[in-house]
Amino acid sequence: MTSRDTILNAIRSNKPQELSLPVIDKEAAITYPDLYAQFKNVLEAIGGECFEAGSEAAALELIAGWEKGETVIQTLNSVPAGLPGRKAEELAEVDTAILRGLLAVAENGAIWVTEKEMGNRLLPFIAQQLIIVVNEEAIVPTLHQAYEKIKVDETGFGVFIAGPSKTADIEQSLVIGAHGPCGMKAVVIRKH
Amino acid sequence: MKDHATLAAGFIQDEKRTNWHDETLWFVRQKRDKAAHTLPEWEQLREWASQIKNHALSRMDFYLEQFEKNALANGVKVHWAADAAEHNRIIHAIIKEKGITRIVKSKSMLTEECHLNHYLEEKGIEVVDTDLGERIVQFRKEPPSHIVLPAIHLKKKDVSDTFHTFLHTEKGNNDPVYLTRAARQHLREKFIASELAITGVNFAIAETGGLVVCTNEGNADMGTHAAAVHIACMGFEKLIPKAEHLSVFLRLLARSATGQPVTTYSSHFHKPTPGQELHVVIVDNGRSAILGKPDFRNSLKCIRCAACFNTCPVYRRSGGFSYHTAVAGPIGSILNPNFDPKKYADLLFASSLCGSCSNVCPVKIDIHDQLWKWRQELSKAGHVGFMKKIMMKGMAFVLGRPALYRFSGATARWVLRYMPFLGKHRLNPWYKGRELPEAPKQSFRDWYLQNKKK
Repeated sequence: MTSRDTILNAIRSNKPQELSLPVIDKEAAITYPDLYAQFKNVLEAIGGECFEAGSEAAALELIAGWEKGETVIQTLNSVPAGLPGRKAEELAEVDTAILRGLLAVAENGAIWVTEKEMGNRLLPFIAQQLIIVVNEEAIVPTLHQAYEKIKVDETGFGVFIAGPSKTADIEQSLVIGAHGPCGMKAVVIRKH
Repeated sequence: MKDHATLAAGFIQDEKRTNWHDETLWFVRQKRDKAAHTLPEWEQLREWASQIKNHALSRMDFYLEQFEKNALANGVKVHWAADAAEHNRIIHAIIKEKGITRIVKSKSMLTEECHLNHYLEEKGIEVVDTDLGERIVQFRKEPPSHIVLPAIHLKKKDVSDTFHTFLHTEKGNNDPVYLTRAARQHLREKFIASELAITGVNFAIAETGGLVVCTNEGNADMGTHAAAVHIACMGFEKLIPKAEHLSVFLRLLARSATGQPVTTYSSHFHKPTPGQELHVVIVDNGRSAILGKPDFRNSLKCIRCAACFNTCPVYRRSGGFSYHTAVAGPIGSILNPNFDPKKYADLLFASSLCGSCSNVCPVKIDIHDQLWKWRQELSKAGHVGFMKKIMMKGMAFVLGRPALYRFSGATARWVLRYMPFLGKHRLNPWYKGRELPEAPKQSFRDWYLQNKKK
């Protein structure tokens, strides 16, 4: 008998009587009067920065004015040729990555990005600085609404990114910039 | 083998450090409270999480087959390991077949449980741990002392000394930013050169065949997206039915662990990228046996947040190494006796049964009840210390005989009053670390009989 069958058989004979799955009532979850304000507050509290722009063009203009280092990869509207196949050593020098987020979560400051927007799975992690552009309409109150809207297996890889990478493994002192980006900015497009 | 009490006695030798350990973890516990209190639905979330896990355990065979089918369809290679040895052999076979030499690993308590690093080392294969805390303890040839904060037993100076030796950082520079940057540089080189990345799994989704890995540092992602091969290792209990259930667990996990609203990265892996291989190793290693024990099966709901560690008055004051196992703390004390009842019987007494662990547990495991039930089981099986047994027997004998009890009480009070040195000596284990109480002149019973008519 294979280990697969051994394990499954053991589980079958040992498992308890079937217990029912709860109904997740999303109405029971917290709501916020101002989703943008909540998102911004949380993102700033976890080490990220949050900016607003009146339009896509205004967002690009804002970003254009920032110090971004020498090597910048931007995938907002199209993925640069050759990016998907680039290896780690070829991405190691990226100073700033700019990508689009599909959805943002007010309760925890997280932004959902899939490999389609990244162009290369390593990009948002290996870049020294990360900038994500997201629409205000895409902000949801909690993860309950987030998972209702996203399809986790739409692409091969997707990630919620909440702020810059960080660690407190040395005597509980918070240090921003562990292995991923040392800084993370969100630009929220607010069209009114 | 030294037991918890003996090892803890060593830990508390350094009083300042013990107090720091205690206060720091209590601070993490307070951050957890603050985060929990921001959500009015917190208790409801715990209840949902508990019910989802109970349901998943009750249909685990079905969900495992569903997961396997979907993962295979996604191009993931699925392996099954009945025990730790098979888990290690599977990983070694992949490494050997591809002639891999450069391996990075992000945090995985399962690989600690299986002693994977040690196994591979014996075969001449080096694995680089990439979580900062884990890298620190790996340099020092120590195991992690906490499942979320692996180097919580160390101070800045210890890390500085370790990095000076291994990374040639400035001697005496204890700045955490400086030290973290040094590790970042060192590990970036490892990530970029790596051929294989090993990760744990926080949640596996039956409905989609996907895996979720959560980190703050980004080390799991740096490893998995840089290397050509990704092996994810999971105990089968990591499986949840649907993607929408992730909302419940991700809302609870980081808040319970560190008080953060969510970890920096919650990565959802479904398919390998072109040219990459994604393997998942599903491990039993005693879990199916736990599933068969009605009193203990719900320990399998654990999501490894370590909230029970941070709240535990015994863990905070005795440190992770006192538990002589990969998963320490209250949850470790109820999981480990399943693997080796004799070896881990002492852990059941590393608790005051105060119940705080059960109260903070995000999936509502009845940890302190299980500690108590395990005590009964193991003393029946003869695994509880001889002294403890004799004392319990003696207590039972006295407590069951009212006249003898009254006589013993009177004797004890008299001794404490007139000959306290009889109790205050190092041969009395109870006196170790405790002060004997001042003896009252009369017992409550005498006082009551005297006063009830007034």
